[in-house]
Amino acid sequence: MNKFTEDDLKKELETKEYEYGFYTDIEADKFPIGLNEEVVIAISKKKNEPDWMTEWRLEAFRVWKEMEEPDWANVNYEKPKFQDISYYSAPIQKKQLDSLDQVDPELLKTFEKLGISIDEQKRLSNVAVDIVIDSVSVATTFKKTLNEKGILFMPISDAIQEHPELVKKYLGTIVPTSDNFYAALNSAVFSDGSFCYIPKGVTCPMELSTYFRINEGGTGQFERTLVIADEGSFVSYLEGCTAPARDENQLHAAVVELIALDDAEIKYSTVQNWYPGDAEGKGGVYNFVTKRGLCEKNAKISWTQVETGSAVTWKYPSCVLKGDNSVGEFYSIAVTNNYQQADTGTKMIHLGKNTKSTIISKGISAGHSQNSYRGLVHVGARAKNARNFSQCDSLLMGNLCGAHTFPYIEAKNKTAQIEHEATTSKIGEDQLFYCNQRGINTEKAIALIVNGFGKEVLNKLPMEFAVEAQKLLEISLEGSVG
Amino acid sequence: MLEVKNLHASINDKEILRGINLSIKPGEVHAIMGPNGSGKSTLSAVIAGKDEYEVTKGSVILNGEDLADLAPEDRAHKGIFLSFQYPVEIPGVTVTNFIKTAINETRKAKGLEDLPAKDMLKLIREKADLLEIDRKFLSRSLNQGFSGGEKKRNEIFQMAMLEPKLAILDETDSGLDIDALKIVANGVNKLKSKDNAVIVITHYQRLLDYIVPDFVHVLHNGKIVKSGGKELAFELEEKGYDWLK
Ligand SMILES: Nc1ncnc2c1ncn2[C@@H]1O[C@H](COP(=O)(O)OP(=O)(O)O)[C@@H](O)[C@H]1O
Ligand SMILES: [Mg+2]
Repeated sequence: MNKFTEDDLKKELETKEYEYGFYTDIEADKFPIGLNEEVVIAISKKKNEPDWMTEWRLEAFRVWKEMEEPDWANVNYEKPKFQDISYYSAPIQKKQLDSLDQVDPELLKTFEKLGISIDEQKRLSNVAVDIVIDSVSVATTFKKTLNEKGILFMPISDAIQEHPELVKKYLGTIVPTSDNFYAALNSAVFSDGSFCYIPKGVTCPMELSTYFRINEGGTGQFERTLVIADEGSFVSYLEGCTAPARDENQLHAAVVELIALDDAEIKYSTVQNWYPGDAEGKGGVYNFVTKRGLCEKNAKISWTQVETGSAVTWKYPSCVLKGDNSVGEFYSIAVTNNYQQADTGTKMIHLGKNTKSTIISKGISAGHSQNSYRGLVHVGARAKNARNFSQCDSLLMGNLCGAHTFPYIEAKNKTAQIEHEATTSKIGEDQLFYCNQRGINTEKAIALIVNGFGKEVLNKLPMEFAVEAQKLLEISLEGSVG
Repeated sequence: MLEVKNLHASINDKEILRGINLSIKPGEVHAIMGPNGSGKSTLSAVIAGKDEYEVTKGSVILNGEDLADLAPEDRAHKGIFLSFQYPVEIPGVTVTNFIKTAINETRKAKGLEDLPAKDMLKLIREKADLLEIDRKFLSRSLNQGFSGGEKKRNEIFQMAMLEPKLAILDETDSGLDIDALKIVANGVNKLKSKDNAVIVITHYQRLLDYIVPDFVHVLHNGKIVKSGGKELAFELEEKGYDWLK
């Protein structure tokens, strides 16, 4: 029979190259490798930053120097050599651009390959895109519509120049420079990222979206994102990432800080498919991200993420539920294949009364990959009537991969109600045969089953993003049954 | 339409089918009866192309084409449908989404465009009505938490949607109460035409009162040990299988 055998499928998967494995030739302005105070100062200078910012970076650098890289996560990798990385890389073309015609054609081609041509994005729907390519934003669209509502959405480097009072007030308040090794590093050297401020009572009329890409080989990427939703406002923020295939490991250590003031709501969605390395586990992005949000009274923050990429992922989008009646949500699909390793999850810190959190984590592992969920639910002494519901489901393909769940619970208030459910399942031959018998081939069947498995999370994504996420799930799992 | 010739099949080196011969013409209904473990489900799985079974001898020919090299989905595209004895669950995939995918994949294989959503919806409604299926049922996850009867009715709903050339109903009657049995049988009969054929696998005469077979075969130990007309089913009902062994 010419039907795929397990071995055929495995082989096909191994030879399946990274769909977005291309590399654009854009001249880059790149710092020599290495990190010291001079480099930190140079980055700050390059961006024309005020002194307080330079000082802030230096302080972070000093803290970082004293820190050790953490090793408690369930991942194994060769530690990056932090002195072998160049800490700044910007496309040569630095002029502020008013229209797409001014963008480097090479760059536009890159976007087309990614299927995210800005042109399309513009027309597609009311998505404003702030594209961060190799550290410097080269295109910002839809600025006008946002301006009319008083919404600020810009590269963080611009915000430092134009709205220093806001940046100064909030930067580093949710993720302090000393929070962890990667956050400290990011604080010292971040090159760019996005800044967003929604004024009181304003509902942002469109999804705000940033595409991060890693382009230049051997450069570290340290994006910094700051989203502030003032009282009673609402914003839905999309973050998408794709990186071209590279041989050497690339370090990515982003920091995202969200602030939801009283009665505000932030929905933060991520679709991440950075280069996961090849079939032997060579290359791929190291993704060490610190994402955290603070909820004031009656505020709500939802993190939704679909993670299919990176060689090593270390990421725990968290919510600090400080205000009474605030709500934190975490919806996650993490896919690992080949030799990918992911240690991801969330922290829900209940401090206020009647705070509520929901955690839905769906891990899908194939190949030789390791997929761990690590979640902390903390209920503080004053958090009366805090409630949490956690559900962690794992789907395994084949016998060589692993799924792990590490739920931590700290309840310091007796009224807390904490529920945890976990399941592990496997895509079975019988499920596949059933689909095949109905005329659905194995690849399509896997996509169907996986999408069904992740449905609760996919449903949380904005429409256009959900479609893209489903496509990514299919790409990253094609032929991966065993 | 279907010729099964001296079919031998085994799983894990254990021979289960030991020389089956069967000839089915368009418009016919064949019943296959036989004790548990005689190989009925194995025969249907082998016809449908399940990979785990190894065909060691003989062949299955559909409309003149040997199916040996065809994957299960290709066989499905050629009009083979199997109503499973034990339908599997697919969490998170609704009945509607599943059948929509099945229909469109089958159309794609024939070089056709996806069925427009409007037409799909109309077709789903029509077939759901035929089988007296509640609309709410259609948005539930496939077979998850379904009762035995709901699972079987859903199988026949899919059959109605896909309009196969050859339908194999593997113990579709088990788990159905008499009312549901009548609805399902009525559905099957409505779909019958002079161009398609049905294989009904059952233990009981009961179903054959509603889906009347042209031929009845008794399977035992991987072989067809007796064939006859519909009266054979009555005889089996009375005497059991022992006299045939
Ligand atoms: N996966 C398997 N491995 C080993 N033996 C099997 C397997 N599947 C079925 N069999 C055996 O094949 C024989 C026929 O099974 P089956 O076709 O299900 O019978 P029926 O449908 O007539 O009850 C039984 O003896 C059963 O135990
Ligand atoms: Mg059986």
